[in-house]
Amino acid sequence: MGAGVCFITFSVKRSCFLKYFFLNLYVIFSLFADLIRQAVLRFYGLDSREYIYLYYYTDCLLTIALFVAVISLASRVFAELNLARYVRFVAVLLLLGTAGFTYAVVAQSADRLVSRFTVELSQNLYFVGLVLTYLLWGAVLKLQETRTRLVQMVLSLGLYFSAYAGSYALLNLAPNSEIVQYLAPILGCFLPVSWALTIMRYSEDSRLTPARLVAVPR
Amino acid sequence: MMAAFILAFSLLTLLMFFVSYCRSLTASSLHTSISEDVRDVTGIQTRAAGRDYARVIQILHLCPDRPEDRSRLQIVGAYYSFLNLLDQSFAKISPSVREWAEEERAGCAHFAAVALGRRIALNREMLAQQVEL
Repeated sequence: MGAGVCFITFSVKRSCFLKYFFLNLYVIFSLFADLIRQAVLRFYGLDSREYIYLYYYTDCLLTIALFVAVISLASRVFAELNLARYVRFVAVLLLLGTAGFTYAVVAQSADRLVSRFTVELSQNLYFVGLVLTYLLWGAVLKLQETRTRLVQMVLSLGLYFSAYAGSYALLNLAPNSEIVQYLAPILGCFLPVSWALTIMRYSEDSRLTPARLVAVPR
Repeated sequence: MMAAFILAFSLLTLLMFFVSYCRSLTASSLHTSISEDVRDVTGIQTRAAGRDYARVIQILHLCPDRPEDRSRLQIVGAYYSFLNLLDQSFAKISPSVREWAEEERAGCAHFAAVALGRRIALNREMLAQQVEL
């Protein structure tokens, strides 16, 4: 929670709260989700149905908020090409498509449909988020984006989505592993911490050499 | 099948984003040249090499800590360890991987040397302030 507060404080102090509004919005949502989860955890306990339902519902909403944050970063990258409107349109279509696909898959098993739907939707959104971030990263390299803040925020998102999508996949392959249980709190801190450090260290005018960003130079 | 595909894809992208993230950190120091003080202390002549990293870090630990650098140095340290691991495994098969890993380790050493330069400058400032008092 401290990391989230830190990120919002630095955003306000460096006058970039509105510039990265959807990133801040995600962090605010995650702070609220943490508070509600904490209250329900204390009242009902870790193994209660109420806590499990709440955890997955809030997780699903947070994933959608993060999805919107990725779209906002993509809009900034494509803004100079006047493609921001199309990016938003495609992303909304993708989001609705993922929800529809997940519903179609889960609808076949009627028992506990709603709870299964949120879990499945979260998992699929993490993967779609990863694919979107990967595409966004490709665009950053192709368009030779040099803004340090933007580049580091996209990279942090990529690391976050990769780790989450991988841990969910591992959970599917080996249901007895408790990797998500241990990874989730660490990963939950990672995003606001890395964003806060980016805002703190670099100004909006900081620039990078695009050639240094490619993992393996050609 | 789908889960295995997602796992493989995620691991690959995780590695790619990690390398790019670390490169974006080391790239931020590329425009700064290594100071004369650091050259004297570390013995780096013109350009930092990968093997200089361990020595630079040893000297870094002797200087007063700068909290601004701490997290970046830790991440670059993890990247350096990853590159060492790569050098000891895959690089034996492919010489181009070894070349790339050495270039990257040199980048890590340069990053650490620039951080050392900042710490030495901070040390000097603190000393000057104490003398004034």
